[in-house]
Formats: sequence, C-alpha cells, structure tokens
Amino acid sequence: MSRLRFVLGEIGQGLRRNLSMAVSVVLVTFVSLTFVGSASLLQMQIGKMKGEWYDRVELSIFMCPNGRPTVDTCAGGEATQEQIDAIRALLESPSMEPYVQEVFFETKQEAYDAMKEQFADQDWFQRLDVDQLQVSFRVKLTDPTQIDIVSDEVSGRTGVEYVQDQRKILEPIFMVMNRATVLSAGLAVVMTVTAVLLITTTIRLSAMSRRRETEIMRLVGASNFFIQLPFMLEGALAALLGAGLATGALWAAVRYGVEDWLASEVGFINDYITTADVWLIAPVLAAIGIGIAAVSSLVSLSRYTKV
Amino acid sequence: MIRLDRVSKVYTRGARPALDRVSLEVERGEFLFLVGASGSGKSTFLRLVLREESATSGRVYVAGREITALSQWKVPSLRRQIGVVFQDFRLLPNKTVFDNVAFAQQVIGKPQHAIARDVPEVLELVKLAGKERRMPHELSGGEQQRVAIARAIVNRPAILLADEPTGNLDPTTSAGIMTLLERINRTGTTVVMATHDEVIVNQMRKRVVQLVDGEVVRDEASGAYEKVHIAEGEDPDRVRAGSDGDGEHGPTAEAAS
Repeated sequence: MSRLRFVLGEIGQGLRRNLSMAVSVVLVTFVSLTFVGSASLLQMQIGKMKGEWYDRVELSIFMCPNGRPTVDTCAGGEATQEQIDAIRALLESPSMEPYVQEVFFETKQEAYDAMKEQFADQDWFQRLDVDQLQVSFRVKLTDPTQIDIVSDEVSGRTGVEYVQDQRKILEPIFMVMNRATVLSAGLAVVMTVTAVLLITTTIRLSAMSRRRETEIMRLVGASNFFIQLPFMLEGALAALLGAGLATGALWAAVRYGVEDWLASEVGFINDYITTADVWLIAPVLAAIGIGIAAVSSLVSLSRYTKV
Repeated sequence: MIRLDRVSKVYTRGARPALDRVSLEVERGEFLFLVGASGSGKSTFLRLVLREESATSGRVYVAGREITALSQWKVPSLRRQIGVVFQDFRLLPNKTVFDNVAFAQQVIGKPQHAIARDVPEVLELVKLAGKERRMPHELSGGEQQRVAIARAIVNRPAILLADEPTGNLDPTTSAGIMTLLERINRTGTTVVMATHDEVIVNQMRKRVVQLVDGEVVRDEASGAYEKVHIAEGEDPDRVRAGSDGDGEHGPTAEAAS
C-alpha cells in the first residue's frame, strides 16, 4: 500500500515537472490513434456496405430497347417476347440452377415507376416516355463470387443489350474508401513513429530531471523494476489519455457526422457504422496506446536508468 | 566481509589500469582507511565493491558472495547490504530530512510502520532529532552529511562505504562526523573510508591501505596517512606539509616518531 502511494507520488511529481512534455505526448498519441481509428472505421464501413449491397440483386440483364441499335445483338430492334422468354428459360434451366437463386423480371412500366419515384422532379424525366425504357431481368445469385459464369452465359445472346454486374457500380466508391483507408493508415504510422520518439524523449527528460532520485534508488538497492515503474506508468498514463481523447473524437465524428448527417443526406446506403462500432475499437486503441508507451519505455529506460 | 583477489580494472584498453592486481581483505566489523592521491584507484575500489563497475580480471567477494559474475538482477540485493556516503552528500533538495532518510526505505518497499519506527531512531543516532522537518538547504554542511549517513545506515547495511565524507567540511565538523562513523563501526558495521584527510587518518589510528597508481603500496594495522620518509631523505616537503597540520591538531606526533 505504502509502495503504491509512493509510486503514485513519484508519477505526480514527474508529470508536474514536465507538464508541457506530458501534454504534447497526450496530443500526439491522440492524433495518431485518431488516424488508426479512422482507418479501422472506414474498413468497417466498407465491410457493412459490401454486406448490404452484395446481398441485393447482383446481375441486371437489359434487353434491347426500342430505337436505333447500339450493339450487334440488338440488330433486330426491340427484344421480342420470344427472346425474352428464351433468356428467362435459360436462367431457370437446370444448368444455371446451381448459380441462380432468384430471377425478377422488370417491365417497362415498372422501370418507369421506379425512376419516377427517384427522379420525378427532374427535367429530363418529364420528357421521358415509358416506351423509351427497356425490360430487364434482375438475377440474384446463390454465390455472388460466381457472377461471371451467369454473366458470360447470357451476354452476347440475341435480344440482350448488355449485362451489368452491379458490384462494378460500387467499385469506384470502394476504391475511394480504400484509398482513404491507406492514407489514414499511412498517417497513423507516421504519427505513431512520432509518438514513440516523443515519448522516448519525454521519458529521457524525465529520467534526467530525476537523476538524483534514481541514483540514490540504485545505491540503496531498489530493484530495476521499481526504479523504472514510475517512468513507465507516466508514459502509459499519457498514452491512455491520448487513446481516450481519440475515442472521444471518433465517437463525436460518428455520432454527429455519420449518424446525424450522412445517414440522412446519403440515402442509398442503409447500413452505416454507429457509435457502437467506436466502442468496439476503443479497447484496441487503448491497447495500441499502451503498446506505444511500452516500446518507448523499453528503448529509453534501458539506456537512461542503468543499474 | 570484502575480499579482492588479484583484481585489476582497466577502463580503456591499453591505458594504465585503475587497479592493478590488488589483493585485499577487510574483516567484518573492521574500520579501514583507503588513502592515496586522486586517481590512485580509491574510487574504483569503492565502485567495484558496489558493483557499479565489474573487475577486468580477478575476483571480488562481498558479504560472502562472489560479485564479479553477479547477474544484473541480483545487484540490488547486494546493494541493500551496503550503505554509501559521498563528499557532496547527495541529498534530495525538495525533500525534508525525514523524507530523505525515509526515501531509502520506501524505494526498497519497507512498510510504513517500519519507516515510522526506523527513521526517528536513526536520526536520533546521528543527533538530528528535532530537525526532521528541515529542508537540506536549511542545514549546515555537517548536518547535511549526517542526514546522508542516516540515509546510508537506515536499512542496517553490513558495510558502509564513505567516499571523502569530510572533503567539504571544516576540521571540527569533520571530527564530529568521524566520531559518528566510529560509533556506527562499533555496532558491527564494516566501514571503508576513502580520504585525503591526513589529520583524520592520523588521529583515528585505524587500518590504512595506501594506493599508488592502482597498486597497494602499504597496508598497516594502526597506520598514519603517510609513511615517513625523512630517514631515507625522500620528499621532505610532503612530510613537512603533513607536519603543519600536526602543529595545529597535534594528533600525528606519534606518526612522525
């Protein structure tokens, strides 16, 4: 008990003596862990979006529309009922059965209604005629990774204008998010290195300002662990505070930035990360913070508080 | 208690060794003066006993343990058997007298009740009772050294090493410190004191080991600071310088005879 009180007293003294350094350590860990956290949250969001969208209809097969043909398979003009039936039969055939889970058919009118819902107030929609639209199939797959098998089978057939892998539409979004993750992770690495260096310097300064104490501790036979403990705890405490601040910042960003703003503004994504996800990564951030402090302590203490 | 067996210490390869094949034994409860010019190896001797340095060759035994090969994590337990006092006191300026002494117990994990018992007792022994709450800068040099001694012995070490403990003190105060060290010695603590102070050495009539360039050149049971060379006609100036001190304090009359 008295030992604990003694160590706590030493830590308090050390932090007071190097207050500005302690504050800078807290801030640097805060920034570096915020980047670490952002990178993980971005990846979590990507995961959720993949889960959400890959579960929806995955393959759209657009039949030839009325009007001037743009591809060879539409040379015969608008897709005939026979051609449409042939594609349906193909999709429901036994050879496609292992891959196809469900087939939806969308008429021109259904396509028009769906567009109306989304774009009713747009100028171009006012000029749109139902007959300009095309019929299409929406195919849900048993295993989304086998999308190419179905796609290859259908495309190129007469009456089919084009086959669209809906995952491809999302790819640019994922690419942007993945690049943001890489950027965030890169900054996290740089900031973490900065944090390690700064904590190392802080511990060194702290060790130098307590040279007299450590020397006497050594001479009266205090154990290494006991001599180094206050320094290590100082570093760990500052790092933990940084982790706490980072968690707070991420929480606020998700709470007000994602839950309140993005979720209401960007409607085509339903599944957003929530503050619960922030709490999920909070312990990880704390662990990384303590890890940073531990590495720095090991580096500096072995050199500056030699027995 | 302390035994050196053909111990050499070389700091930089190729340079003259700080200690050169020194063999020496200090018995339990003995009082030993280590004399010699600066750079003669006195401090190296103390540092080897404390295991602040390791011998380059030979063996060092302290309290029955061979410490040349002592693993790093066992060094603290060796040091708990040794108290150290320095010329510059090395007190913690921001702690009171009581806290300075208590510090030595706190850092090795002594319980609070033991500290509350031992610190006043040892402060009484060094005659500082009543000054527990003073800060080091409020004390005279002699009093500061008494605090340092109290701190060195509060954990009841078997050995007390003193490196020029009177180097910063006037003769009267030094005499008081010597009385204290002698009293500590009488309780069974082995005392090894490195010093330049001829007056003290000549007055105390304890065992004297003289080092010159890292070698033991003299080891006398009730010795004086310097062997008198007048008979051989060597270095009369040095002897006379020593005799000046004698004139004032008169304790080396025997040594000169």
